[in-house]
Order: sequence, then structure tokens, then C-alpha cells
Amino acid sequence: MYGNAYIDPKKANSSLVDGENPEKLAEFEARIARGEKIEPKDWMPAMYRKQLVRMIEQHAHSEIIGSLPEGTWITRAPGFRRKLALMAKVQDEVGHAQLLYNAAETLGKSREDMINDLISGKSKYSNVFNYPAKTWADSAVIAWLIDAGAIVNQLANSRGSYGPYCRALERICAEESFHLKYGHDNVVFLATGTSKQREMVQDALTRWWPPIMHFFGPSDKDSVHSETLMRWKVKMASNDDMRQQFLNMYVPKIWDLGLTLPDANLKKNEETGKWDYTEPDWEEFKRVINGGGPCNAERLAVRRTAEENGQWVRKALLKESETYVTPLS
Amino acid sequence: MELTERHVEGLKHLLYKMADDLLIIGHRNSEWTGMGPILEEDIAFSSMAQDKIGQSLAIYNILHEMGEQEPDTVAFTRNASSFHCSQLVEQPIGEYDFSLVRHFLYDYADAIRFDMLSNSIFEPLAMVCKKFRGELKYHTMHANIWIKDLAEGNEESKTRIQNALNKAYPMALSLFEPSEFDKELSEAEIFSGEAKCRTIWEKEVGTVILEAGLEIPQVSDPEEYYGGRSGKHTEHLQPLLDEMTEVFQIDPTADW
Ligand SMILES: [Fe+2]
Ligand SMILES: [Fe+2]
Ligand SMILES: [Fe+2]
Repeated sequence: MYGNAYIDPKKANSSLVDGENPEKLAEFEARIARGEKIEPKDWMPAMYRKQLVRMIEQHAHSEIIGSLPEGTWITRAPGFRRKLALMAKVQDEVGHAQLLYNAAETLGKSREDMINDLISGKSKYSNVFNYPAKTWADSAVIAWLIDAGAIVNQLANSRGSYGPYCRALERICAEESFHLKYGHDNVVFLATGTSKQREMVQDALTRWWPPIMHFFGPSDKDSVHSETLMRWKVKMASNDDMRQQFLNMYVPKIWDLGLTLPDANLKKNEETGKWDYTEPDWEEFKRVINGGGPCNAERLAVRRTAEENGQWVRKALLKESETYVTPLS
Repeated sequence: MELTERHVEGLKHLLYKMADDLLIIGHRNSEWTGMGPILEEDIAFSSMAQDKIGQSLAIYNILHEMGEQEPDTVAFTRNASSFHCSQLVEQPIGEYDFSLVRHFLYDYADAIRFDMLSNSIFEPLAMVCKKFRGELKYHTMHANIWIKDLAEGNEESKTRIQNALNKAYPMALSLFEPSEFDKELSEAEIFSGEAKCRTIWEKEVGTVILEAGLEIPQVSDPEEYYGGRSGKHTEHLQPLLDEMTEVFQIDPTADW
């Protein structure tokens, strides 16, 4: 669903290019500046590879973990139309994970290693999925607004420099736009439905607002890495810019439905053209990303159980693994 | 030919058991979404579960045209004793071996039934059955590949598949529980009957089982799991329905 790599802001900038051959580096950067895509067998700086693996891997994990909170509503979806649509949506998310693990594998890390790092807690995934989807309305809010946020992020990243990731994202974005339509339609039905339905969706939105504000990550415009990563087209937009873009597109739509958001300071500043808001609690963000959220343990436990239960199947099908991974996209 | 009241009654009974089977197995198999043993299989299983639910909807729609209630009402407001699914499909998903073997046994039965009904003189049903032939062909092909691959994988996977087969095979016979309408429906060329379905099924699944190097289970009491067709279910169905209808029941008159 979403992968905005969390980069440690304290590490020095120079470490990204330390020890790289200056000529090769210059040629690599010139290719990117010309808008060329980098392909799996091309030369690339070690840190470019590392950052991309981390970013794509986190994105893949977010898709597979992200299928869990919504997935629990498949068996409870009210009526055929919603049941079929939600099944298809969650299936897509699993498909996104498959595409993204493959894109990351082209950079040299195996799917198995990535999944092991996920279930051991070593690699991260989008923080939003550490919050519970308490009611049916939560699943609607997720499908609309989290997928909307994902689109903002993924559209930006699809213009990045790494070919297999960009192509995977183009396919993914096409599907995400269906998810967003489904989610929006679902929220509209609740927001214009019975008083009980309205209450459910307002309650879900109020609970999901802080994680949504966290979604793009803390402000990173001053991060020492940003400049290099933006030049390498690994990072395509600042977290603040993406958050602004999201607010600008969706807050008016939320208000149009007669729903409210739990931030009295949220308004468009007519002078700057940007949205003012109360800074979300970034201490909570850090706590949750480091394992302290309401659902971290549960999400990983479910994933771990799925991996353990499926182990006999994978073992039975085991074939000699290939050294070069063909990009799926 | 003109359908008698008795034919209509028999047809509805047939359609209900087919639609209920499809809905419940689709629902069960959807429980694997995000939990499959490998991503590719997760996706395939989900896709087939969606097909099943789509097929059930198509059949509930025929029933609706015959005067029964809306598909959503029929699916989301009945309790277990009004369901006509077989006891095979309502069983919990268990481990992947059971779910896979159930999918194999069920999908062969389904494909055979749909194939037969493609020639039914009852046009609406014949059309639906023709329409879904492609999907069913994919489902049985998927089952074949997986049964074969896991039976030939290693000792553990072979044992698991055989054990799952031993458990699911007697349950699968409940798919062919004879109905009081079989004879009349067959004479009217609406449906050739459960006994005929079962004969073809035994031959076809038997071939796959033997080719995979597995054994066809011996069944001591073929009627052990009968009853689903007349609303007699295991303890697993009602909790499934409670879960399925949880949101719908918040307000069955609301638009969701
Ligand atoms: Fe996604
Ligand atoms: Fe998503
Ligand atoms: Fe999505």
C-alpha cells in the first residue's frame, strides 16, 4: 500500500557516497539527470541500492501487512457488492506485495530474507497498519483515505529512477485508483445513510485522523540525506509536500460529506495556499514505529503464523533458486 | 415443455443447494486472503473464492427471478437451518492441506454439475452454467496442479495430502446427497440427478488421485455427512453466518 522509507536523519550525508568511484558516480548521476531509468544490471552506488532495497521492501511489507486490517472485514462485508469488491481489493494488495518483493529482489535481497526481516521486526512497514480496524466503517476509511495517501506517495515514486520499481508502481497505481473509488463510494454510503451509519463513519474518521496525519512521515526537508536521495530520484517529494497535497485533495471532500476532523486548527491558509494544522504527535509516531502501537504485535504474529503454517508447502515445492531475478514489470 | 409446480419446487431446491454451496465455500476460501502459504497461491485462492461468490450471486439472481427474495436478503438474513449447503463446504478451513483437498473435491463436483446443467431445458440456468465453464476449468486445473505437486513434493507433503483426502473425501459425498426431486428433474431434462453426478465425479477425481500416487479413501458410511440439503448442519455453519451477517444485521434495511 505504501512505502516511504524511514531514513535515520542523524547519519552524515557523506556516508551515502563514501568510497564510490567518482567517475562512475558522475556518469550514474548524469544518467538520472537525463531522466534515464536504472536497470538491475546497471552500475549503481552501494547506498542507492541499499536505500532502494529498504524502501521497496518496506513498501512490499506495507502491502502484505496492510491486507490484514481490511482482510478481517472480508468475511463480514455487508452484501454481495461490498464483499466481492473488498475481496478483490485485498487480493490486489497481496498482488502489490508480490510485485514489490520482486522489484526488491532484482537488487539482490531474496523474498525469504525480506520476509524474515519483517517477522523478526527488523524491517518496518507503514505505521498506519499498527492501528486497529474496529468497525466496518474503519475498513471504508482505510480504503478511501489510506489508499488515497498511498496514491500520492506512489505516483511521486513512480517517477523515480529505478526502472523495475517505477514500472511496478505504474501497475499498482492503476489498481489503487479503483480502491480509492471503492473506498469513497463506501464512505459516501455510510455518511449519507442512517444515523447509525453516520455515527460509525464519523467515529472511524476521528480515530484514523492522527495515523493519517502521520502517514507521510515527519518533516524531512532538513534531513541531511534528502538532497542526495532526491538527486538520485529515490525520494521524489518531501514528506511535507506530500502531506499538503493530500490535505488539499481530500479535506474538502471529507467536509463536503458533512464529516468533521478532530483538529480545530485545520484550515487552508489563504496567504500561503497551504494547509495549517496541529502538528501530530511525533513521539507517538516513533513509539508505534518502534513496536509500541496497539497492533504491532498482533500484525507480526499473524504474519509469522501464516509463514510457519505455509512452510511445509514451500518446502515441498522447493526448486533450485535462480541467481538472477527477472523483473515482473 | 411446461414446468409443473413440482418442477419449479425441485428447481428451487437445486438452485438453493448450488448457490449456498458456492457462497459458503467462497466465504471459507476467502479466509485465506493474506494468509496463504505463498503470495502467488494467496492471490490464486482469493481469485477463485471471488469466482465462487460471483457464481452464487448469479444463481441467487435466478431464484430472485423465480419469485424468491433479493440475493442480499437471501444470503445475509437466513439462519443455518434454512441453508441447503453440504456439510463439506461449511467445515473450517483447517490447514492448507485440507483447504486445498476440499477445493479439489468440490471443484470437480461443481464443474461436473455445471457441465450437465449447461444442457438443461431450463434456459436461465443453462446460460449461467455455460457462462462459468471457463472459470471452473481454471479451478479444476489449479487443483490438479497443486494436488499433483504436493503429492509428489516430499514425504511430509504427500502424507498431509493423503490424510486430508481421507478426511475430506467422505465429507465430499454429501455433495451428492440424493434429493426427492432427482427423478422428476431428470425425466424433465432439467437435471440428470445427484447419482449421475457422483458416478462421474468418482471416476474423475479417482483418476487424479491415482495419477498423483495417492490412494482413494475407502468410505464405510457414505451417508455420514448427509443432511445439509435439508438444513441439518454441523456446529460450524451458524458461527460462520453470524460473522458473515454481523455488519448487515446492524440494519438490514440500510443501504451498505
Ligand atoms: Fe496496494
Ligand atoms: Fe493500499
Ligand atoms: Fe490499495
